[in-house]
Amino acid sequence: MRPAFSVVIFTTLTGAGQGLFLAVYFTELVALWSNAVLPPAIFVTAGAAMAAGLALLGLAASFFHLGQPGRAWRAAAMWRTSWLSREVIVLPLFIALCAAYTAAHHLGGTGFAWTGVFALLACAALFLCTAKIYMCLKFLQEWASPLTLLNFVLLGTASGCTLAVSLALALAPQMLNALCGASMVMTLAALGARAASLARNARLRPKSSLQSAIGVANPRIRQTSQGFTGRSFNTREFFHGATPQKVRAVKWSFLLLVFLFPVVLIAVGMLADSPSLLSIAFPVQYFGLLAERWYFFAQANHPQNIYYQAMA
Amino acid sequence: MKQLALVIDLNVCVGCHACVTSCKEWNTSGSAGPLSDQNPYGADPSGTFFNRVQTYEIGVFPDTQTLHFPKSCLHCEDPPCVPVCPTGASYKRAEDGIVLVDYDKCIGCNYCAWACPYGARELDEHKKVMTKCTLCVDRITDQSRAEAERKPACVMACPTNARLFGDVHDPESEVARAIRERGGYALMPEWETRPANQYLPRRVSGSSADGK
Ligand code: SF4
Ligand code: SF4
Repeated sequence: MRPAFSVVIFTTLTGAGQGLFLAVYFTELVALWSNAVLPPAIFVTAGAAMAAGLALLGLAASFFHLGQPGRAWRAAAMWRTSWLSREVIVLPLFIALCAAYTAAHHLGGTGFAWTGVFALLACAALFLCTAKIYMCLKFLQEWASPLTLLNFVLLGTASGCTLAVSLALALAPQMLNALCGASMVMTLAALGARAASLARNARLRPKSSLQSAIGVANPRIRQTSQGFTGRSFNTREFFHGATPQKVRAVKWSFLLLVFLFPVVLIAVGMLADSPSLLSIAFPVQYFGLLAERWYFFAQANHPQNIYYQAMA
Repeated sequence: MKQLALVIDLNVCVGCHACVTSCKEWNTSGSAGPLSDQNPYGADPSGTFFNRVQTYEIGVFPDTQTLHFPKSCLHCEDPPCVPVCPTGASYKRAEDGIVLVDYDKCIGCNYCAWACPYGARELDEHKKVMTKCTLCVDRITDQSRAEAERKPACVMACPTNARLFGDVHDPESEVARAIRERGGYALMPEWETRPANQYLPRRVSGSSADGK
């Protein structure tokens, strides 16, 4: 598939927003349960507001994917059958509930942790909707796996925790060690899941073939003409057009930028007590996630491509 | 229940593209607006078509056959493109099984095109909405036309009668009989979309291609 930049930005920004909310909310919940000092209210409000803001930016980016953005409201109609429609409903809901959680802390201080439960449910539902959009297309075999959901959840959470580290540097130094730990653990967990999906996809055998596409059993078939010498939607939308070398370079870049570098930056930053190392971990990881998402789309091999192999 | 569809006879298609041009002509001229072309006379032309004719070479020289293969939306009986549409713009008509897009509802999100394994849908670059074969719905339901002309433009244009049109659920129809008697088959059966359009396999006789 051709990676659409709007969707790459949308899914990475929203995922980081969801992860940031989870990091902030769990910091608060763990402190409550263990009777420890609560995180400062300003950390919670700033974090949750930022989470809502990232999701809002993601929502804005998603509009650039539409041919008719003015009609986007219509997309809420078919929630009974369409995961995309469900996402369109749940995303604003998550933003609103995150904002409500922020407002409750801003106005009422601590003691309003329960308001986060609703945002937590919306956050989980949003991960499910986003992943299901891709998982439910069964002939995009690279996507049709529970690993897609696991990756969206873990990559979002890891980037959110890494962003929470930067936030804690400024607003909640007493939470810094815990969040650094969370960021490293989640990033390593995400590496496990992403490596599993890379391994799975490397072994995939496409179910469709030229034989099944045109219904001729002969093992030796070659397209001599796709029917036109120009281009079309089919030749643009479903081919990423990058060389195998570039695709491989993107893969190795994201493996370094999303996983290795942030973990090293956080570990060394903690040991050396270096705020600057800690605070560049998120930009590095986010940049890597753009590459990761590009690769996620580029790697998906649409069966329609079988029909578009030779110009003339 | 009625299911209108095309049956393509691969024995007689000569790859002349008459169906391609008549489809474009009919569907670019109607009230639904043009099927746009971008840069049609330039070095890098591009455009929206509902129907393409492709060509394949089967076997290895000198034992080869050339297969001309018309390809359009198959009006699947279990169309994966429909349930994914978030707006309800994509739908399958209950009365005749035609899969259609409501251009006034479509937001151009491309999701249905991703969900069609055959690449039968094309986003029109000018209208910015999803388009696809309608079986010339505005023509086949036009009661002011003589009965014999209430057929898709491609069917009317085909000089070799390679395109049959009718209700595949009516066992007495020409299309149902052709599928039954001549081994009509569906494309990419592995995805269980149950395409309504089917193809009649070639009966190669006396040529070197089948090894005789
Ligand atoms: S061929 Fe594609 S667009 Fe047409 S009904 Fe089937 S899945 Fe939908
Ligand atoms: S492009 Fe249009 S018809 Fe297709 S899924 Fe989106 S809204 Fe529905």
